[in-house]
Amino acid sequence: MSAVIQAQGLGKRYGQRWALTDCTLDIPARRVVGLVGPNGAGKTTLLNLATGMLAPTSGSIRVLGGRPAEGPAQLAKVGFVAQDSPTYAGLSVADHLKLGARLNPGWDAALARERIGRLGLDPARRAGKLSGGQRAQLALTLGIAKRPQLLILDEPVAALDPLARREFLQGLMEATVEHQLSVVLSSHLVADLERACDYLIVLVDSRVRVAGEVEELLATHHRLSGARRDPTRLPAGQHVISASHTDRQTTLIIRTDAPIHDPAWTVSRLSLEDLVLAYMGTPNHPANPGRNHRPTLEVQR
Amino acid sequence: MIEFHLDTRSGLSPYQQLVRQVRQALRLGLLCEGDQLPTVKEVVAQLAINPNTVLKAYRELEHEGLVAARPGVGTFVTATLADDSLAAHGPLRQELRRWLARARRAGLDEESIEALFMTTFRTASEEDIA
Repeated sequence: MSAVIQAQGLGKRYGQRWALTDCTLDIPARRVVGLVGPNGAGKTTLLNLATGMLAPTSGSIRVLGGRPAEGPAQLAKVGFVAQDSPTYAGLSVADHLKLGARLNPGWDAALARERIGRLGLDPARRAGKLSGGQRAQLALTLGIAKRPQLLILDEPVAALDPLARREFLQGLMEATVEHQLSVVLSSHLVADLERACDYLIVLVDSRVRVAGEVEELLATHHRLSGARRDPTRLPAGQHVISASHTDRQTTLIIRTDAPIHDPAWTVSRLSLEDLVLAYMGTPNHPANPGRNHRPTLEVQR
Repeated sequence: MIEFHLDTRSGLSPYQQLVRQVRQALRLGLLCEGDQLPTVKEVVAQLAINPNTVLKAYRELEHEGLVAARPGVGTFVTATLADDSLAAHGPLRQELRRWLARARRAGLDEESIEALFMTTFRTASEEDIA
């Protein structure tokens, strides 16, 4: 299957600051991709590059084989729900559907109507009068009814309460089955995406720290704990992602493809959240110890 | 039809939980040969989980010979795990209840009861293997 997003050395600079640096990705089709990272890590920049709202400063990006926003055919293939699920406050729900139909050649009016009906949204109601959860569902409906091959959502659930968040993800997952969608969604909360995504990208400080199939990531990362020792003397092939020590104990999170044979370690499984936190807690440039940057991640259950 | 649920603190991955719940339902006679499992779309819409998680669970059940997929129709139960032993459940449950009552009278709290059961259970299974 072909890639939905392919990036080679992709970068974006605003003045002196690089919002995204040296980003290389190859995301297979039919995945639900979670793009995770602290606020300001470059998630929105990456998504805007994929939709063509921004042009790269360096490198290249191809989406579903084409250049982002290259022409009407490319635009029709990609749906985008921007941050905070933007809708027009003064327009009614029905107006939004009319607008969707006018602007999108592949518009699925029956799907849009059915979804709005199922959600119990009054077509005459103005978007400004809807609750946050309803507005997000309206934006999702527009994104799905456009019938794209790839749907990109920027922090779609950040502003929603837990119930609305669950309902939103239920609708999104249902649509991925029904319409064979590929999905990329970003969040600064790992827990939101844990069940929904099968491919993960961790972005910290404008760089991709890790990217891959969730199942493979979980199978190759382990927590080792044991008596205190020097983490630089591990067997080849065991890469330390994070290390912490007390006066007696050493706890490491490592990545390895091979089984761990050393009986002195207690080996345990990581949750996706542990894994993401391990990558977020480590500085970008291990060779540069002067840099003491530790991005914070909100963890919410 | 059964309904799945997920426990985030179980230590099992979502796909393992789905497999286990089907096996459990088969063992308890809640699912019988010919019954249909919820469609992938239904499970996904209910639990807000990734479709591949459900597909993986159903594939594993299929591999075990417990269910079969009929393309375009759904996934159906083809075997049963509930055998004659199901009849023994009632009396065994009675005995277990009596045992639990005795344990409580002896002053064991829930955690101690669970710990005692699990360690005995594990030792017994290990002895069986050995």
